[in-house]
Amino acid sequence: MSSEWPLWEIFIRGQHGLNHRHVGSLHAPDAEMAIRNARDVYTRRNEGVSIWVVRSNDITASSPSEKGPLFDPSNSKVYRHPTFFDIPEEIGHM
Amino acid sequence: MYAQLVKSEGSKSREEMTPEELSFQDRIDRGEKVEPKEWMPEGYRKTLIRQIGQHAHSEIVGQLPEGNWITRAPTLERKAILLAKVQDEAGHGLYLYSAAETLGVSRDELMEKLHSGNMKYSSIFNYPTLTWADMGAVGWLVDGAAIMNQVPLQRTSYGPYSRAMIRICKEESFHQRQGYDIMMKMCAGTPEQKAMAQDALNRFWYPALMMFGPSDKDSIHSAQSMAWKIKMNTNDELRQKFVDQTVPQAKYLGLTVPDENLVWNEEKGGHDFSEPDWSEFFAVIAGNGPCNAERLGARVKAWDDGAWFREGLMAHADKAAARRIAAE
Repeated sequence: MSSEWPLWEIFIRGQHGLNHRHVGSLHAPDAEMAIRNARDVYTRRNEGVSIWVVRSNDITASSPSEKGPLFDPSNSKVYRHPTFFDIPEEIGHM
Repeated sequence: MYAQLVKSEGSKSREEMTPEELSFQDRIDRGEKVEPKEWMPEGYRKTLIRQIGQHAHSEIVGQLPEGNWITRAPTLERKAILLAKVQDEAGHGLYLYSAAETLGVSRDELMEKLHSGNMKYSSIFNYPTLTWADMGAVGWLVDGAAIMNQVPLQRTSYGPYSRAMIRICKEESFHQRQGYDIMMKMCAGTPEQKAMAQDALNRFWYPALMMFGPSDKDSIHSAQSMAWKIKMNTNDELRQKFVDQTVPQAKYLGLTVPDENLVWNEEKGGHDFSEPDWSEFFAVIAGNGPCNAERLGARVKAWDDGAWFREGLMAHADKAAARRIAAE
């Protein structure tokens, strides 16, 4: 059973010009077959206009244990959001 | 239901839990999602593999009773629709296998366990589909019961499982509607066609009720799975909901639910109904249903007969990759 096809992560760009989005994964022998299979599995209802496939092994992910050091620092930087600043009403929309 | 009788591991009180287990349970209680690489109790992981695996197996074995009618559909349109539905089931199996694989089990291992009988699939698919009306009854009742179970599972605690369920639910309501559409057509047809529809309901009613699994008072695994939010409702709750939803739909069709004890109970705000024959259920689960050997046989044959093809594509991919490297 050593011949199991490698795993691919599938990314689809929808109709409206947004980024490719991760939709799931599948097994395929090579990239070309991964795209064909992704088309059959993940775009049966007009979900996409473009497909990316990436070998799962080639993805490096942040570790769950690093969650704190990586993401906590942004918690205290509320001034990065526009709502932090009070703009007088008479100024109108800004 | 697509996962019946999933054996759950390790039920512990808060006092017995390690600090890690405690904080894990707290996260689940807060409604946080658990993601693949995060720490989880071994029991949670094992129970999920069993449940998601059983669910995935049900999706692909579920293709077989319907595949039986693709070449026999009454019109080209019905055939195209049935084909699309059966193709969806393959997709649903794939989403679920992928979710199970994030827990550290390989696809081949899951296949091997299905084929050797070490993992189960839903009992419902061990019943034969004898007439075209069965395609209606399966869509209406079997997919209807599946939806009842899958909608709450969209909120399950394991992220990949939850995301697979969301995708599946989006696609699944087409399945139930196409089944009901077949039933409506048959019930508005000749007396013979209506009789076929009634016959299909008669045969599928109790097996559909069995899909939710045995009564919770006999189900030892429910409590832990519910605490982990990998089971969202009790079997009896879902079965009651299914009966209450389905009875008016049968009435609209002019069909009779094959249960003399079926009666509206004003006090509980639901129907009273007869339990299915649980000895039949356990016999089917144990491998002695009408079609167990046929279904599993078809799966094993497809897997074995496809081996040369899978290996061939892999060999081709390896050669092509080697040529690319040599050319660089």
